[in-house]
Amino acid sequence: MSQETILGIYVFIMAIFVGFEVISRVPSVLHTPLMSGTNAIHGIVVLGAYLVAGSADTPLLHVLGFIAVVFGAANVFGGFVVTDRMLEMFKKREVALPKAEAEKKNA
Amino acid sequence: MLDFRESVIALSYIVAAVFFIFGLKHLSSPATARAGNRLAAIGMALALGVTLLDRQIVSFWTIAIGTLIGAAIGVYFARTVQMTAMPQMVALFNGMGGGTAALVSVAEFLRLTRAGDAIGWGEGTSIVLGTAIGAISFTGSIIAFGKLQEILPGRPLQFPLQRLINAFILLSVLGLGGFVVVGGGGPTALWLLFAAALVLGAMFVLPIGGGDMPVVISILNSLTGLAAALTGFVLHNQMLVVAGVLVGASGTLLTLLMSKAMNRSVGNVLFGAFGAASSDAVAATSAVGRTVRQTTPEDTAIALAYARSVVIVPGYGLAVAEAQHTVRELATDLEKRGVDVKYAIHPVAGRMPGHMNVLLAEANVPYDQLLEMDQVNGEFPQTDVVLVVGANDVVNPAARDDPSSPIYGMPILDVDRARNVIVLKRSMGHGFAGIDNALFYNDNTRMLFGDARQSLTQVGQALKNV
Repeated sequence: MSQETILGIYVFIMAIFVGFEVISRVPSVLHTPLMSGTNAIHGIVVLGAYLVAGSADTPLLHVLGFIAVVFGAANVFGGFVVTDRMLEMFKKREVALPKAEAEKKNA
Repeated sequence: MLDFRESVIALSYIVAAVFFIFGLKHLSSPATARAGNRLAAIGMALALGVTLLDRQIVSFWTIAIGTLIGAAIGVYFARTVQMTAMPQMVALFNGMGGGTAALVSVAEFLRLTRAGDAIGWGEGTSIVLGTAIGAISFTGSIIAFGKLQEILPGRPLQFPLQRLINAFILLSVLGLGGFVVVGGGGPTALWLLFAAALVLGAMFVLPIGGGDMPVVISILNSLTGLAAALTGFVLHNQMLVVAGVLVGASGTLLTLLMSKAMNRSVGNVLFGAFGAASSDAVAATSAVGRTVRQTTPEDTAIALAYARSVVIVPGYGLAVAEAQHTVRELATDLEKRGVDVKYAIHPVAGRMPGHMNVLLAEANVPYDQLLEMDQVNGEFPQTDVVLVVGANDVVNPAARDDPSSPIYGMPILDVDRARNVIVLKRSMGHGFAGIDNALFYNDNTRMLFGDARQSLTQVGQALKNV
């Protein structure tokens, strides 16, 4: 086994702990946006598609690389935009909250 | 030693990884979630940007055109999709990622075999797993999309010998995988593996009921993360390993949290014959032949106008009818009359945990009126009128009282303990779980049939004349 593979396994194991640790407590309100956000992050795999498509030297590899780039880019861009749209709603309600309180005080 | 360009790439990857970690951290708290998503997006831009510096990349056309097309498709759908269709949108994007991982693994295998390089067992295993998991995630997500979009029936699809056939496909995937790793078969075996894994992904999701799709999508999400990490091993790229595993691990934790909120174990979701059990239950309860009591919009308006406290229980039916704005207007009118109005949000109201909060926030419902299940359940006995709008399974008392019910044990909103319950419903059809609801037959329950938005509009007009 190469030194590189061992290093990769190191990174793999450490990242498992980090992944578990960073989202230890999530309110159920955020489950959907969080799933959507992590969904966008695994779009990083388009990076692999870049390496394949950029170094392709046969028609088949070009086609495979191209489809992979399209899929991966849709995952990345769509994922981040859709998550942002969801979270934008949450921001609105912070504006709505003081308004509602103000109305109560006036009443 | 790395030269200057390689060092820049490697260091930038580390920075990008830090962005991803902070992004995830911020995504798990309401106040910082949006910033978190943006941090992750910055990390992504950095990682993709520096990858273009890689000397392995000699032609940029495929990348440029592919990225443009993919980004256009992704952004178009992400911006135009209805908030109600959000869960299936996540499923679809997830499938795309899975497909990418599988294609990258296959392409790298083809390149290596053609170059005549010996493929070590470590690389071979990564390629096989990356291909298989990516392909499973691809077709699995598409079936999940089809079920949520109601292109496919939401009920579990079962057929004779299903388990036997699935076991056979699983064994072929494993067998072909082993064959590829030990160096036999070459590209043909990997293509066959790819095809078998595509079939397996579809077969794995088909027998799962539509109500469990959020958990399934979450599982597929972490699988895609894992597949991305495996392509990192194939391409010797640590960025892919870090980001992929982060998603794999956090996605697994999220899956556990979600199934806990729905009181279902992950194993039960994946392998439990939920639909089979419920069809018996339907037969048993509807055979009793009890009748429901109907009401009119006018009577509903009177009941609401003279109530002191009203709790609105929104469900997916409200979202489908796009009635969230109408319900908010009705609530505002009631408040002007001095009625205390609250919303009771079940953790899995809508089609995904947190989905209903997003929908109501979109309709400008003040956040302090949204009560979670634990906060509101104690208040129901003192509540004059509960208005159930398009919710069904989450208010079914059978989950609390009837051990033979397939949803027994799921935490519910105890609306049957309120003084009066008015249920707005399109018809007497069953909820997503496909089972009958005893609440509808209670003495203090009245049914208002019709499209939720129309009914609410009529109630609103009738209220003006009260």
